[in-house]
Amino acid sequence: MQTMTVTDAVSAALAEEMRRDDRVLIFGEGVATKRKDLLAEFGAARVRNTPLAEGIIAGTAAGAAATGLRPVVDLLFAPFLCYAMDEIVNSAGKLRYMSGGQFAFPMVVLAMTGGGWGVGAQHNHNVEAWFVHSPGLKVVMPSTAADYKGLLKAAIRDENPVLFFTDIALGYAPGAVPEGEVVVPLGKAAVRREGADVTLVSYAKSVHACLQAADRLAAQGMAAEVIDLRTLKPLDEETILRSARKTGRVVVVHEASRMCGVGAEIAALVAEKAFGDLRAPVMRLTGPDAPAPASFPLEQAFAPSADAVVETVGRLVGLVPA
Amino acid sequence: MDTRERVRALERMMLIRAYEETVIALHAEQRAAGTCTAVGQEAAAVGVVSALSADDQILTNHRSAGHLLARGADPGRMLAEVMGRRDGYCGGKSGSLHIAAKELGVVLTSTIVGGELSLVTGVALSRSMLGGEGIVACFFGDGAACEGRFHESLNLAAVWNLPILYVCENNQWQAFVHRRETTLADGVAPQAAAYGMDWRTVDGNDVDAVRAAAERAVATIRETRKPFLLEVQTYRLRGHFEPDDQSYVDPQELERWRARDPILLARNRLITEGHLSDAAAQEMEAAVKGRMEQAAAFAEASPFPGFEALTTDVYA
Repeated sequence: MQTMTVTDAVSAALAEEMRRDDRVLIFGEGVATKRKDLLAEFGAARVRNTPLAEGIIAGTAAGAAATGLRPVVDLLFAPFLCYAMDEIVNSAGKLRYMSGGQFAFPMVVLAMTGGGWGVGAQHNHNVEAWFVHSPGLKVVMPSTAADYKGLLKAAIRDENPVLFFTDIALGYAPGAVPEGEVVVPLGKAAVRREGADVTLVSYAKSVHACLQAADRLAAQGMAAEVIDLRTLKPLDEETILRSARKTGRVVVVHEASRMCGVGAEIAALVAEKAFGDLRAPVMRLTGPDAPAPASFPLEQAFAPSADAVVETVGRLVGLVPA
Repeated sequence: MDTRERVRALERMMLIRAYEETVIALHAEQRAAGTCTAVGQEAAAVGVVSALSADDQILTNHRSAGHLLARGADPGRMLAEVMGRRDGYCGGKSGSLHIAAKELGVVLTSTIVGGELSLVTGVALSRSMLGGEGIVACFFGDGAACEGRFHESLNLAAVWNLPILYVCENNQWQAFVHRRETTLADGVAPQAAAYGMDWRTVDGNDVDAVRAAAERAVATIRETRKPFLLEVQTYRLRGHFEPDDQSYVDPQELERWRARDPILLARNRLITEGHLSDAAAQEMEAAVKGRMEQAAAFAEASPFPGFEALTTDVYA
């Protein structure tokens, strides 16, 4: 094991995959400026700066992916994906199907999001559910440095377009990362902590809030199981349902807003397939239906806290009055 | 072009016209869905596509039938696609608007106006990084030139030296709006100069002129590996889609352009120059019509896709 930050884990995955496969290249605004190590090792053809134009960056990636290259593009902040929606959703996501399978789009779109830097709502907007709702795309949002590395490697090797979101608050978070070639498969959730009384389903920074909450719940005699989804699409239904059937109580926790968010999908999935095993309604703890604020205390209050998780679980099991 | 090639170009234009008229008739009889045609723009398609080599690639848009047929697409498989049948180029999942035929080098057809402009840079990047002499032609209209992606695409292609032949088929219409209402400039091509790109405008209803201009542009791109913008000035003789009564079209303008029908022009010129007899021209017309009857029969005999196709080819 080695200790590295999420940012370094992402860099390590890029370098390893570019070393492994000549078809992998990376471009975006400031990519060659900021990633001097990659530029030095792989040269200016494979590490490129671009004009500040997200649409053509994403479109170029889709066109290149369909014709033999394996591009990774850095679109910086998730709200900027609005400029690239057409290329990601209408082209990369649909043209395989619309052409009767003639093309594939092995490409990765990197973007940062989430509270932590006080950058406000046009740089911080957890839009991952938009892409989950779009056919033909895969969506990844890890919580640990090891997974940022292993899942990015898997995303680059995947034959489909993958949206790879980095939680801003985790960028400098250190974590243990296995030495050598470790690829984490897309579509597999991780059970971060086992427990029999309640299931906390989460992803990205909220996983850490759930783990803190689980510690405190344990002190109260409650065993919480914490599931880190890691990949939002394809969704690991099996792991979610197995845990829901075991504990009979499910709380979904994420920073993204509630309505039509990933939590709504999970609540519906559990209601459809594990209703008979439930002992309480499925609850969601999410960000509000509001743009993300810049002010630090407000930004911190946007994402569900460990306190809120503990309180919600308490209500579910009757420890705290409803 | 030598005489034989010019006659072949006329025949190809006749084939495209016959195809479009077949789709229109099939729709009128409720045997096929409505579609967007490029009737009147046949010289642009044939003139440019015939100047390309077999390993060059093409990106096109919702008015793609001419480009596909000029490239040698099978009208039977195209009609099967329009009718949503299994033997269509895309297995019936595209319909008329987004037919791509990778085997012909016609890739990533998009009906999002400007979609082809955002994808072509990536296709050309593959060409330039993976080797080979091939270039990429990108057909778009004056409407797409109003999209921001037009500028993003030209700028990136110029900065990255991408081997792209941008072909603006300026057909004077942007869906239901005349070009005069949306831009003050008469042409699109001069905008290329702002990005340091070579450009030229050509009479898009004169197939000889289009072919000559395209040959020169292609030679320049092969030599410099830099992009080039060719604007072909033409006219959409029918409505935005079928059916469309064109009530919004100035009848005098329509008549002026009908008199400059590219097929009529090429045919009269070949006859006047003594390279073609009227009888031979009529035989060619009859032959392409016969081919369309066979194509329609093939398409209608093709089965619809099975329901399992609803969810296949979503992911690779």
